[in-house]
Amino acid sequence: MNLFRADRCLLCHEIINLPVGWVSLFSPEKEKLLCSDCEGKLQPILGETCRLCCRILNEFRREDLCIDCVRWEEDPEWQGVLERNISLYVYNDFLKEVIARFKYRGDYVIAKAFANPIKEKLIGDVFIPIPLSEERLFERGFNQSEALLSGAGIPATLGILTRVHTEKQSKKTRNERIHLPQVFQITEDTKIYGKKVVLIDDIYTTGSTLRHAAKLLKEAGAKSVESFTLARG
Amino acid sequence: MLKNELQSILSGKQLLPDELSFPPSDLLNYEEVTYKEGITFKNKKPICNRCGNSDPVWFAKFPCARCRNTEVYCRKCIMMGRISECTQLVGWSGPPPEIQLPDKILEWNGTLSKGQSAASIRVAEAIRKNKELLVWAVCGAGKTEILFPGIEAALAKKKRVCIATPRTDVVLELVPRLKSAFPNIPIAALYGGSEDRHVYAPLTISTTHQLLRFYNAFDTLILDEVDAFPYTVEESLKYAAVQARKPESAIIYLTATPSTKWQRECRSGKRDFVTIPARFHRHPLPVPLFEWCGNWKKLLTKGKMPAPVCKWVQQRLGVNKQSLIFFPNIKIMEKALPILRQIDSKVESVHAEDPDRKEKVQKMRDNLILILLTTTILERGVTFPNIDVAVIGAEEDTFTESALVQIAGRAGRSPKFPTGDVTFFHYGKTEAMLKARKQIVAMNREAVKKGLVDP
Ligand SMILES: [Zn+2]
Ligand SMILES: [Zn+2]
Ligand SMILES: [Zn+2]
Ligand SMILES: [Zn+2]
Repeated sequence: MNLFRADRCLLCHEIINLPVGWVSLFSPEKEKLLCSDCEGKLQPILGETCRLCCRILNEFRREDLCIDCVRWEEDPEWQGVLERNISLYVYNDFLKEVIARFKYRGDYVIAKAFANPIKEKLIGDVFIPIPLSEERLFERGFNQSEALLSGAGIPATLGILTRVHTEKQSKKTRNERIHLPQVFQITEDTKIYGKKVVLIDDIYTTGSTLRHAAKLLKEAGAKSVESFTLARG
Repeated sequence: MLKNELQSILSGKQLLPDELSFPPSDLLNYEEVTYKEGITFKNKKPICNRCGNSDPVWFAKFPCARCRNTEVYCRKCIMMGRISECTQLVGWSGPPPEIQLPDKILEWNGTLSKGQSAASIRVAEAIRKNKELLVWAVCGAGKTEILFPGIEAALAKKKRVCIATPRTDVVLELVPRLKSAFPNIPIAALYGGSEDRHVYAPLTISTTHQLLRFYNAFDTLILDEVDAFPYTVEESLKYAAVQARKPESAIIYLTATPSTKWQRECRSGKRDFVTIPARFHRHPLPVPLFEWCGNWKKLLTKGKMPAPVCKWVQQRLGVNKQSLIFFPNIKIMEKALPILRQIDSKVESVHAEDPDRKEKVQKMRDNLILILLTTTILERGVTFPNIDVAVIGAEEDTFTESALVQIAGRAGRSPKFPTGDVTFFHYGKTEAMLKARKQIVAMNREAVKKGLVDP
């Protein structure tokens, strides 16, 4: 470890001057990857949030659930499928730009910027990144959810959940999304039986993709399925 | 895919296979298609062959799903699409598409000022002889028109011409002007997300960044505002310019504020240059006044503004004179805004990341804002006809010589209002301030000597 190195912010490339003190001497894993400006633009999810999906609650709620989760939970088919979702940050304009650069431009190393909060908050037995279709994976060159795990040094469990086919999500209505044919399949189930499974994705938007995956994993024997995302859309 | 389509897409380019609008397998049938490694290594250190980056801090690694290797990619030019070790840049070694010329190329009936036409002749000569030339033209000199005769001569010789400028808004502003001057010449407008990205045209107007997609393309490359970028960006754009022009070609640099190094090279005769020391309207440039305003930072933290600044603002308000006030950064500007609003509630502010930036600039144009506070984003390009200009904290590092010359150049732009007050409020003069003033004074003196201003 070089005590006087000047690191550069992973996002804006400005030089971060590290105060060299006891903290950085004894916990080198807490190296600073973002400058304080960029860090300040990331907005942690604070205040009263939905017990299930981590959305900041507004007037559209029933007790500690947001209205979307109420609807999922009222449907016997989906009730209790997703134990809960944890998201790290509000999907604000800054994070939108960061995720776009990470996922669409393919700046893989950005995943590292989130290593510390992920290590801190991610708890479970088995961590499964939401798989991409073959075409998407080829196009992007990597799976962003897998990158987030690997950036945090957490082993991903692959080959259990795979995709059967792709369809554009965003253009569908809520009803169509819920009744979407299953886009995932389970190819192997021995590793998840009786385990607390956590699904990893970059953004929680409607929760529909995650619930479809969770449903299969539960049916295949997972004790519980949670999800963990960088952003809450 | 037909050969002539491929020829017009790939000629003079270096593209990522992902950028193509057709499957890469279409390329296989043509031996003219060339491939270049995106990343190569020299002494085990990576080099990006698109942007020229060789600084290790601008590279990272990722496990590539395409080739199943963990490989290096370039972060510096990633906004143009990722280049990694398994990426090939696609080009074309065959002849470029044939250009059909109209009978009359240039249809422009405007006139050039004496200073402009002298520069124009030099530009045309440099283009004809494939030379390098710096056009040092003061803000408001009218530098676009001086290019027309040179561009016409180049096009007549079936030479391919490109004008590259840092900002998309300038591309969008230049395109209609060039289209009306060269109405029968196809013109490609290139910027992030533009539709012309695969158009082959004899005349291309592009953002400087888009030059990264060209290779051996232009016989004449005109680089506008060469001084507009921070140094690290500048390095890769310089590389892009070298890649984009043909080995035998002309390069014309346009700037109002050449770097110290370039100014020195001009004076010592190492760099070919021509000046346009006066504005089109034949009035001298407003010379900045320096006004000491004490420890303004300390005052700001106490919620106060230096008295000379308040007085300056009140005078402008008193006579309803529109003004731009420049601040070193957003934080300082945001501290100043509420203080100045106590003097007048209609004071507005704008900065680079301001979502209402466009609307505010338009309101200023429509004379709906009297006093506009801003950071250095408005130092270039944006013009308001009749304004006074102030800089608060002119000694700060953000205010380089060239930034200050550009800021001073905002005043007195219109022939109807050719003068304006420019005041640099400071807490200690800097070399940049002195050099900026010296540059302006020198230009005015030269203009008098050459008879380019009216007495
Ligand atoms: Zn940063
Ligand atoms: Zn919810
Ligand atoms: Zn690869
Ligand atoms: Zn590069």
